[in-house]
Amino acid sequence: MSEFFAMGGYAAYVWPSYGLALLVLGGFTLQAVLRYRAAQRELSSLEIARREARS
Amino acid sequence: MHRFANPARFMRFSAKLLAPLSAVTLICLAAGFGLGFQAPPDYQQGMTVLIMFVHVPAAWMSMFIYTSMAIASFVALVWRHPLAEIAAEESAPLGAAYTGLCLVTGSFWGAKMWGTWWVWDARLTSELVLFFLYLGYIALMNGFDDRQRGIRAASVLALVGWINVPMIKFSVDWWNSLHQPASVLRLGGPTMASVYLVPLLLAAIGFTLLFSVQLILRMRAALIERKIQALKMLEAEQSGGAAYAAPTMRPEAV
Repeated sequence: MSEFFAMGGYAAYVWPSYGLALLVLGGFTLQAVLRYRAAQRELSSLEIARREARS
Repeated sequence: MHRFANPARFMRFSAKLLAPLSAVTLICLAAGFGLGFQAPPDYQQGMTVLIMFVHVPAAWMSMFIYTSMAIASFVALVWRHPLAEIAAEESAPLGAAYTGLCLVTGSFWGAKMWGTWWVWDARLTSELVLFFLYLGYIALMNGFDDRQRGIRAASVLALVGWINVPMIKFSVDWWNSLHQPASVLRLGGPTMASVYLVPLLLAAIGFTLLFSVQLILRMRAALIERKIQALKMLEAEQSGGAAYAAPTMRPEAV
């Protein structure tokens, strides 16, 4: 197991590459999901308010 | 294709697509990196070959996203199509992210295999130019009070800047470079052993699908945000804001 993490002596180059990939790609995906959900929530509350105002 | 180019249709179609697309994305990424981590160390590069499974798909994405952004910008410029505008605008930050990932992972790889983090050669420089093209596009898009002018300026940059994409691809053939020449997308077929080629292609498909999921989410969010804006404007007009928008008494009349 520790041999796997040592990456044949290249751990300091391999793991940061994967860490960054996870951070950047995961971060952009998470941001997109959160932005999408926030927009959905705001739209539905606006639509409910409009319906209530009309009735 | 233009059947889906209507925003309402896009919303309906993409809602159905999102869940299965995300599932296939995860499967491809898991398979690609699962196989990749089982690949034997390269006889020259050792385990740094693992960096390839991130670096090469990220590099392909950087060019693929720019090309689709340029096509969407062309449609936005010529037909003023709102969905094409949103597609191009929402692609740019993603393109910058994949390009940045390509540059940094390449740096990590080069630090060990070339003995240097950076060289100003054709491949690396043209990829860095691509990164700045994305940033320039974003800056132009947000740099005008008049949104339409921003869209036009940014679209022109996207189109003119596309010339850089073939320069990146063929830079290793046209100029001397520390960077290795193409070993997958080349005439005569790939020269890479299948223990590396299969995970690489799976990772590349995974990256492409991940980008499409990210783009769909961003485009849906952008369309909803526009609807919110329109609703708020309508609200302001109906609740007496009209007098505010069109003042009946001008200052000079006093």
